[in-house]
Amino acid sequence: MNQRIFRFASPQTFYPLAGQMIPLFMTLAAVLCAVGLYIGLFVAPTDFQQGEVYRIIFIHVPAAWMSMFIYVVMAFWCAVGLAMNTRLSFMMALALAPTGALMTAVALWTGSLWGKPTWGTWWAWDARMTSELILLFLYIGFLSLHAAIDDPRRADRAAAVLALVGVVNIPIIYFSVKWWNTLHQGASVSITRAPSMARTMLWGMLIMALAAWMYSIAAALMRVRSIILERENAAEWVAQLPEVKGQ
Amino acid sequence: MSGSLASMFVAVLRRDLLLALRRRSDVLTTFFFFIIVVSLFPLGVGPEPNTLRAIAPGVVWVAALLTSMLALSRLFAGDFADGTLEQLALAPQPLGILVLAKTLAHWLVTGLPLVLIAPVLGLQFDLPGGALWVMTTALLLGTPVLSLVGAVGAALTLGVRGASALLAILVLPLYVPVLIFGAGAASASVSGMSVAGYLSLLGAFLLIAAALSPWATAAAVRIALE
Repeated sequence: MNQRIFRFASPQTFYPLAGQMIPLFMTLAAVLCAVGLYIGLFVAPTDFQQGEVYRIIFIHVPAAWMSMFIYVVMAFWCAVGLAMNTRLSFMMALALAPTGALMTAVALWTGSLWGKPTWGTWWAWDARMTSELILLFLYIGFLSLHAAIDDPRRADRAAAVLALVGVVNIPIIYFSVKWWNTLHQGASVSITRAPSMARTMLWGMLIMALAAWMYSIAAALMRVRSIILERENAAEWVAQLPEVKGQ
Repeated sequence: MSGSLASMFVAVLRRDLLLALRRRSDVLTTFFFFIIVVSLFPLGVGPEPNTLRAIAPGVVWVAALLTSMLALSRLFAGDFADGTLEQLALAPQPLGILVLAKTLAHWLVTGLPLVLIAPVLGLQFDLPGGALWVMTTALLLGTPVLSLVGAVGAALTLGVRGASALLAILVLPLYVPVLIFGAGAASASVSGMSVAGYLSLLGAFLLIAAALSPWATAAAVRIALE
């Protein structure tokens, strides 16, 4: 069992597996996104206070959740890479970073679009927006450190240390910023409290979050395949690939 | 063994302090950078005392962050270039402890002068006496955290293209909690609130950073030396 799973820690065996998984996750993402958007835009009731504008929540919240989740997953692969010395783990972390940064940017952008009609301002220095902005800086730091080092092995390991330092700091940053200023409405979905929103809204949001999750997996797999080809371009098995041979 | 560890720590500390003493201009440059940056704000914002009092803690802290950034690129660069860092990594003592000695020397040379001059700069911003003390205490607790966290970034960017700008991108977001509570302490004092919570949190950051960051720095140094 173990051996069969660890077989895929090698770029050579993971490359075709990732290729097979991409259509699966892309289809799941598309179907879930269609269902989630249908629920969000047509089934969910209009909000009592905010009117139709609240519907941006179906993009905003999934993106914000994924932005934080992807950083943790990225740090996990970095830790695995540093501990086990597996090249594929670092490649996976590098493949996740742009998607995470994208989700962070989408969360900030939609939050700003949502803030203008409801609070009357594009930007408020409140806890969640500020920590999301700092999260974007952390992603940019990870990507720029990786890009600045030419030797892939050193780049992988240095960026991994940075990601781990970042993941230790994220809770500290979050609570610092939270204490510093709170203007946001309280969290409307939490695990400890019963949700204070309509059930269809919650379903729409959860399905959209799943769609964002599936999309992130598919995007990361596509990117990791490109990274594998780039790093292994001297290997014999890459030269034997039909998509490389045809070129 | 513990005796040799302590003597090695002291030896690294003394060596770095001696080097800094021989190259006084480096130290003085960052020191005057701090003073000049802080002095520019009244010129930009205007000499209205109430505004100056309100922005003083933030200005001093942001200037301290930038000064710390500026000085960080020198923390390991010289030793990396002449091979001293490799010798330190080969030493039987844990690299984390030796890195801690270097960081301490760096703070004594670049951080402590800022702490000492800060009350004078605070006077320029018309801060009351109590707030001056609080600001100085907060800087005393907070600037070592800047050196400790910054050391990780300095080690990660060793010998990297565009290291100084990259260092700022890596390290400045991590400085945010120190900035918030450091500047918050003096602001709370100006508005007559209790500062104990702010100072306790800064102390907690210092303990966490002192316990964890030397090991991350040591790991980063080893990666750079590979």
